[in-house]
Amino acid sequence: MKLSTKHLLGIKDLTKEDIQLILSTAINFKEVLQRPVKKVPSLRDVTIVNLFYENSTRTRISFELAEKRLSADTINFTVSGSSAAKGETLLDTVNNILSMKVDMVVMRHNASGAPHFLAKHIPAAIVNAGDGINEHPTQALLDAYSMQEKFGNIEGLKVAIIGDILHSRVALSNIYLLQKMGAEVIVCGPPTLIPTYITEALGVKVEYNIKKALQWCDVANVLRIQLERQNQPLFSSLREYNLAFGINKKLLDSLHKEIVIMHPGPINRGVELDSDVADGPYSIILNQVENGVAVRMAVLYLLANREQ
Amino acid sequence: MGLTIKRLAHQILENISQENTTVIIGIQPRGIFLSDKIVATINTIIHPATIQYGKLDITFYRDDVRSGLHVANKTDINFDIENKRVVLVDDVLWTGRTIRAALDALLDFGRPAKVELCVLIDRRFNRELPIQPDYTGRAIDTLVSEKVKVNWKEMNEVDEVILIQ
Repeated sequence: MKLSTKHLLGIKDLTKEDIQLILSTAINFKEVLQRPVKKVPSLRDVTIVNLFYENSTRTRISFELAEKRLSADTINFTVSGSSAAKGETLLDTVNNILSMKVDMVVMRHNASGAPHFLAKHIPAAIVNAGDGINEHPTQALLDAYSMQEKFGNIEGLKVAIIGDILHSRVALSNIYLLQKMGAEVIVCGPPTLIPTYITEALGVKVEYNIKKALQWCDVANVLRIQLERQNQPLFSSLREYNLAFGINKKLLDSLHKEIVIMHPGPINRGVELDSDVADGPYSIILNQVENGVAVRMAVLYLLANREQ
Repeated sequence: MGLTIKRLAHQILENISQENTTVIIGIQPRGIFLSDKIVATINTIIHPATIQYGKLDITFYRDDVRSGLHVANKTDINFDIENKRVVLVDDVLWTGRTIRAALDALLDFGRPAKVELCVLIDRRFNRELPIQPDYTGRAIDTLVSEKVKVNWKEMNEVDEVILIQ
């Protein structure tokens, strides 16, 4: 048993077996994280660089913790305070870091396809920690892990992805993963934030009525409105968005059924989720964060252990 | 094989002391078949039948991680091993590297008073580390080129030890 790929660039490149292997390995790492010593020596001969060209709290801390729990040596690179600000190209930066004997690169970049470009030019294994509006594979894997933990199985699950689908790499990775694992996916949001390829290329149904979407689903994965990626306004105001697509307790109570609320963070409280839902009993948002470390440990462990 | 397992269970029991509680920990995946049987035997002898029993997976502690992927199994130790007498159980002892990894993994759960090793088969030659069993089902002499496999009813329909040339 091993992964069919050398890098984790996107869920698109993974097979169903790869996903199952990552999720089952993550179960073992979650058990490690409950031990008195939450650390194993598996990657103590591996050095990993975390290259973050874009802001991040959860993902960066989660990756760094995962690396440390595996006993890997880590270096952190953020674009502010680095030579990238002086005009060094991505490839030059990475080649310079690799010449200092680094084995793996975890990278977040604001340009879609940046990790794919690197994978063509450097020998190290690359883990995509989010590239532009393309993919965020480890987020989709930890979402899947959290769903599997909650429901026992992903196959047959009904998942509604709600919000800014157009700018969301989380949405795209989740759609690829859920479809490969046999779950049903719909997306819901204002028409301006839903790309046309969602139906045409991916075969995902679109629902514009939030109540109907919630009524249908077992899990609602709610996304943040990414104002930083919107050059022109795509809806009138955040208040209007909240009225049309925001989820509050009153709306959930009107469904007369239990659904699970997920969110990849950071939450804009009072926009896509009200506090009584984000902190409420249906929310597994903090479980997602906890599971993120175990899932990232599994990804790093499996990629580092390729036969040479 | 049944007699041998009974003997191993009795030998482990003989050395039970008043100062330290004895716990049994089987090594995943193939040591579990033996440890299940030893624990079942011990529980028929002692009253109350409550010896603490855990399972330990050593995949993440191996010293050959880079030479191929090893799929992990479940670790299940839901008790404290601090100051206890721990008996590690595995099916075959050969190079000693699995036991080395098991000791490292075990120590991450606490500081036992004493660790002992119980194996069904001790392949005496070609040990690569200074590790010896305390309780041995059968010691055998084999060539490096040979393989020793222990089959269990649960997996292979028959309890047997086979030597593959």
